[in-house]
Amino acid sequence: MGTIGLLRRVSGIGLLAAALVGCQAGASPSTPPGGSPPGGGPAKTIVIGFTTSQTGSLNVESTRQQHGLQLWVDDVNKAGGIKLSDGTAITFQAKTYDDESKADRIQELYTKLVNEDKADFLISPYSSGLADASAVIAEQYGKVMITTGAASDGTYKKGYSHVYQAYTPASHYLTGAADLLAKLDGSAKKIAIVHENDKFSSDVAKALTDYATQKAYQIVVNEGYDSGATDFASFVNKIAAASPDAVMGGGHFADTSTFAKQLHEKGLKPKMVALLVAPPEPKFADIGNAALGVVGPSQWEPTVKFSEEAAKSAGATWLGPKVDEFVSHYKAAYNEDPSYHSAGGYAAGLILQAAIQAASSTDTDKVKAAMDGLNAMTFFGLTKFDTSAAAHGLQVAHEMVYIQWQKDSSGKLAKQVVWPDVTKTAEAVYPIP
Amino acid sequence: MLTQFAASLVDGLLIGFVYGVAAMGLTLIWGVVKIINLAHGAILALAMFGLYFLASWAGLNPYVALPLVAIGGLLAGYGIYVVAVQRVVNAPPLSSLLATFAVNMMIIGTATTIFTTSPYSVTFDAGRVSAGFITVPGTRIVATVAAIIVTGALYVFLYRSRTGKAIRAVANNRDAAELMGIPSGRILALSFGLGTMLAAVAGGLIATFFPFTILSGDAYQLKSFVIVVLGGLGNPLGALAGGLILGSLEGLVQVFTSASWVPVIEFGLFVIILLVRPNGIFPGRR
Repeated sequence: MGTIGLLRRVSGIGLLAAALVGCQAGASPSTPPGGSPPGGGPAKTIVIGFTTSQTGSLNVESTRQQHGLQLWVDDVNKAGGIKLSDGTAITFQAKTYDDESKADRIQELYTKLVNEDKADFLISPYSSGLADASAVIAEQYGKVMITTGAASDGTYKKGYSHVYQAYTPASHYLTGAADLLAKLDGSAKKIAIVHENDKFSSDVAKALTDYATQKAYQIVVNEGYDSGATDFASFVNKIAAASPDAVMGGGHFADTSTFAKQLHEKGLKPKMVALLVAPPEPKFADIGNAALGVVGPSQWEPTVKFSEEAAKSAGATWLGPKVDEFVSHYKAAYNEDPSYHSAGGYAAGLILQAAIQAASSTDTDKVKAAMDGLNAMTFFGLTKFDTSAAAHGLQVAHEMVYIQWQKDSSGKLAKQVVWPDVTKTAEAVYPIP
Repeated sequence: MLTQFAASLVDGLLIGFVYGVAAMGLTLIWGVVKIINLAHGAILALAMFGLYFLASWAGLNPYVALPLVAIGGLLAGYGIYVVAVQRVVNAPPLSSLLATFAVNMMIIGTATTIFTTSPYSVTFDAGRVSAGFITVPGTRIVATVAAIIVTGALYVFLYRSRTGKAIRAVANNRDAAELMGIPSGRILALSFGLGTMLAAVAGGLIATFFPFTILSGDAYQLKSFVIVVLGGLGNPLGALAGGLILGSLEGLVQVFTSASWVPVIEFGLFVIILLVRPNGIFPGRR
C-alpha cells in the first residue's frame, strides 16, 4: 500500500476514533465520578430522577430512602457500571429536588426531571400519596418508574403500565399483626383502629378491618385523624371507653410517635399495640418507655435471612450485596443504622439494575419487558410484579416482618423481630408490661 | 360513654387554660393598644422553638426554661412595637393590621429557612396523675397550674400596681391618660410586650405536649381570635373563661362525632357570637 493509502487509512481510523469520542461527549452531559470505566469500552450515563422530602413532615423517612438510593448509585459507579452484553458500561447519575413533603410540588418537579434533566428512569418520592402523584407523570411521559417507600395498592389499579412497586402493598401491612394477635392470645376479641386520614394509612386500615372482621374480631373503634394532628387525647379517651385487647393503626412517623406517646401518657394499657411506619425507625425509641412493647410492620430488618441459597430454593435470581454487607456498608457511609426506608431505596436501584441487565439495554420498552418478567431476590427480599392489566406493577412476592420494642438485658430499649416465625429474633412480649 | 365524656371534658378544660393564656395576650394588645396583632401565632411558635433549644442545647428543664422564654417574649414584643407598630398606632386600622402581618411573614419566612418545616418536639416526661377512670399527663397539670399563676399575676399587676393602673387608663381613654401625665408611648410598648409575653408562655407550655413547626402557631392564633370574641374584647378574665369554653367544646365535640367537625363548630360558634352578642359573653369594662 502506498503512503497516501496508509495515510488515508490512519486518518480514517482517526476520524472514527474522534467520532466515537465525540459521541461519548455528546451522550453523557456530565461525566460520572471516576471518569471513563476501566476496560476502555463505550460508556453511557443514565440519569435517575426522583424527589426527596428535604423539608416537611416526611423528612426523616425520605432522607433515609435517598441515602439508600444514592449508596446504590455510588456502588454501581464505583464497580465500573453495569456491563451490557455489547460491552457498554452503564453508569448512573442521580438528580433530585426537594418536594417539601407536599403533593402539589410533585408533578411540577417530576415534569422538570423528565424534560429538563432528561431523566431516563424515575424513582418515586417517599410515601404513597406523593408516589401516586409522581406515577401520573411517569406514565404520561412513558418513563419506567420504580416506586419505593410507597405501599398503597391504589396506584397500581389505575391502568398504568410503567410503574412498578418495590414495597409490600398496604393491604398486607397490618394483616400480619392480626395473625400475630391470634397466635399470642386466642381469647382476644376486640381491636381498636385509629389511623391517619391519608391514602396509605386509610388503605391499610380498610384492609385490616376486612381481614380482622373475617377472622371474627370485633372492631370497637375505627377512626381517622387528619395528617399533622398533634392532639390525640379524644382518640385515647374513645379507645379507653371501648376497652379493646389491641390498638392498631397510625400513619407516618411524626403523628404515630405522638399517638404512641399520648397512649402511654394517659396510662392506657392495651395488651397489644401495632402501629405503622414509626416503630421500625430507630428514632421511635426517643419517646422512651412509651415505645415499650409497641409492634410495627417493617418492609425489612437488618436481621432478615435472605440469601443466595434462599433465592435458589425460591427459584429466584440473586442480586446485590448480602444482608450484613449492606448493613455495614450503609453504616460506614452514613454513620447511622439503615432502616427499611434506606433498604428500600437501595433495593429500588437493584431492581432497576436487574432489569437493565436482563434486558441488556437501557431502552424503556426493553427494560419494561424485563421488569414484567423479573423474579429476583435481594437483601431486601423477593421482587416480582403483577402483570395483569387490573393491577400492573403491584408487588406480589415481598412480605412484611414485624418488630417489637423490648428491653434488652441492660434495660435499654431494642428492636426484636417477632413475626413471622421463620425470621424472628425473639418471642413477642404479650401483654405489654 | 360517661367515662369518655368526663375524660374528654377534663382534657378540654386543661388545654383550655393554655388557650386562655394565649388569648389573654391577644386581648390585652387589642384592648390597650387597639390593634390586632397578626404576629400572635408567629410569636407563639417562636416560643416553642425557644423552649426546645433551651431544653435540648442548654439541657434545662422545660419548666425552668419557661420564664426565660417569657422574658424573651416580652423583649420581642417591645422590639416589634418600637420597630413596626409605633408609627401606625394612630393610623387607620388597616395599617396596623398590615404592619403586624408583615412581622408575621418575616418571622415565619426566616424561621422556615433556618428550621425548615420538619416537626420538632420537646421530649419530657412528667409522669401522669390518675383519679378514678381519668388519667391526665403530668405536663397538662403543670401547664394548668402555670396558666393559673400567670393569670393571677397579670390580674394583680393590672389591678394592684401603679403601672397596671396606667395601662388600664390608657386602654380606657388614651388622650385623657396623656393629659394625666401618663407616658402613653411607653405604656403601649409595655402592653404589647406583655401581650407577646403571654403568647410566649402559652407557646412554651404547648411545646411540652405536642410536636410543632413554625407554622403551628397559626392554629392557636385562630383559636385565640374566637376566644377573644367569645370572652369580650380587652377582658383578660373573659379570655380565660373563653379559653375554657372553647377547650371543653373541642373535647366534647369529639366524643360525639369525628375530629374533623371541630373547626366547623368552633367557627360556627364564632359567627353566632358575633351576630348575637358581639361584645362577648363577658363584655369588657369601658
